[in-house]
Amino acid sequence: MDTHDRSEWDVIVIGAGAAGLTAGIYLGRARQKTLILDHATVGGQMILTYAVANYPGVLEASGASIVHTMRQQAEAVGCTVMGNADVLRVDLRGDTKIVEVDDEGTFTAPVVILATGGIPRRLGLDSEEAFQARGISYCATCDGDFFTDQDIVVIGGGNSALEEAVSLTKYASSVTVIHEFEEFQAQPWAVEEARKNPKVRFLMAQEVVEFVGDGTLAAVVTRDKRSDELVRTEANGAFLFIGYVPNTRWLEGVVALNSRGEIVADEDLRTDVPGVFAAGDARAKRYRQITTAVADGTVAALSAIAYLTERARGAVDSAA
Amino acid sequence: MLQTNLKHVQSTAEFNALLSGGEKAAIVCGRMGPMCIPVYGVMETLESKYPDVKFFDMEFDAPVARETVRALPDVQSFYGLPFTVYLKDGKVVAATGGIQSKAQVKDILDGKLS
Repeated sequence: MDTHDRSEWDVIVIGAGAAGLTAGIYLGRARQKTLILDHATVGGQMILTYAVANYPGVLEASGASIVHTMRQQAEAVGCTVMGNADVLRVDLRGDTKIVEVDDEGTFTAPVVILATGGIPRRLGLDSEEAFQARGISYCATCDGDFFTDQDIVVIGGGNSALEEAVSLTKYASSVTVIHEFEEFQAQPWAVEEARKNPKVRFLMAQEVVEFVGDGTLAAVVTRDKRSDELVRTEANGAFLFIGYVPNTRWLEGVVALNSRGEIVADEDLRTDVPGVFAAGDARAKRYRQITTAVADGTVAALSAIAYLTERARGAVDSAA
Repeated sequence: MLQTNLKHVQSTAEFNALLSGGEKAAIVCGRMGPMCIPVYGVMETLESKYPDVKFFDMEFDAPVARETVRALPDVQSFYGLPFTVYLKDGKVVAATGGIQSKAQVKDILDGKLS
């Protein structure tokens, strides 16, 4: 069913990651006309996950395969799922919410669920941009084999950084982990795994200043925070795993955000704007996993259904 | 074979025919990995909006890729999947490495393949 020409919906879900697709499944089963759209490919950060081993009921699967199934489930219950849909404008203040999407048109609904997820944090250096796919990578499983028998660095100090550093030793001659603090944020088991690998070395308390090279990456320059000295580390590859930021910049002034740019929502995932709910990694919370995103999607959808029921009752009461 | 909805370039002869025919074409050469799948998705979305451009994928580890896209001078500095090349008038007019957004792809299609 091609429903792209439909403009009126019961619920518009912005974001088609784990939270958004789950919300869609619940809304669709409740027979709410639901549009799920995403500015990028359907799946959010899940699709960037090579192997998921902690999703209950699934022994191990790629993020892409879980996305595929979730999308099938959402579409099977009547949701329209639209990827690569750039939201140009939103007006969420009134009873009818308006969402304008590039190339697709303007959509309205009484309820919007914001499930916009997170985007990888970047260092923000000009040279980072210049060496993307020319030595700088954000995916060890995708690009690791380009660096066979070469010296590389991994930037970051969380679980992802240390796990990927160990994984990259399959290819690289040496892996230098560069971290901005003197202590890792990673769990002790991840630190231990990295420390016992003879190919992994550590540069702690370093601020990345510049990536240098002629066409392709040749070295990373850092500043030692303890001595203020510049340190040059020769490397043909740099893998960045420095966390995520909420994809909410475009929501400033639209709904309440906290100082970290996360959407503020109550226990039922209501934002400060009536009829607007939040779910997933974009909202203020401590833990961000596929499982927590799925839980958020469920709660937001059920709250949205309750809101729509109350709204319909109010309309009936008004008419009476 | 890659599991996408794009047409596949599976032989060197097919690639050479695109070049010699002067076709406007975008070819995403990758694997079914996290950085490649989004780019296939972008191309699938844009396929209907650019009817004069042919959109393809190509399996990065297949011989055809080693003989064609991976051998192009334009991609020798790339260290990130997928390699995406854009053809027009028998030449490579643009090439990118790594994940690309819809906006980035549209910029190339509008700027280099128009």
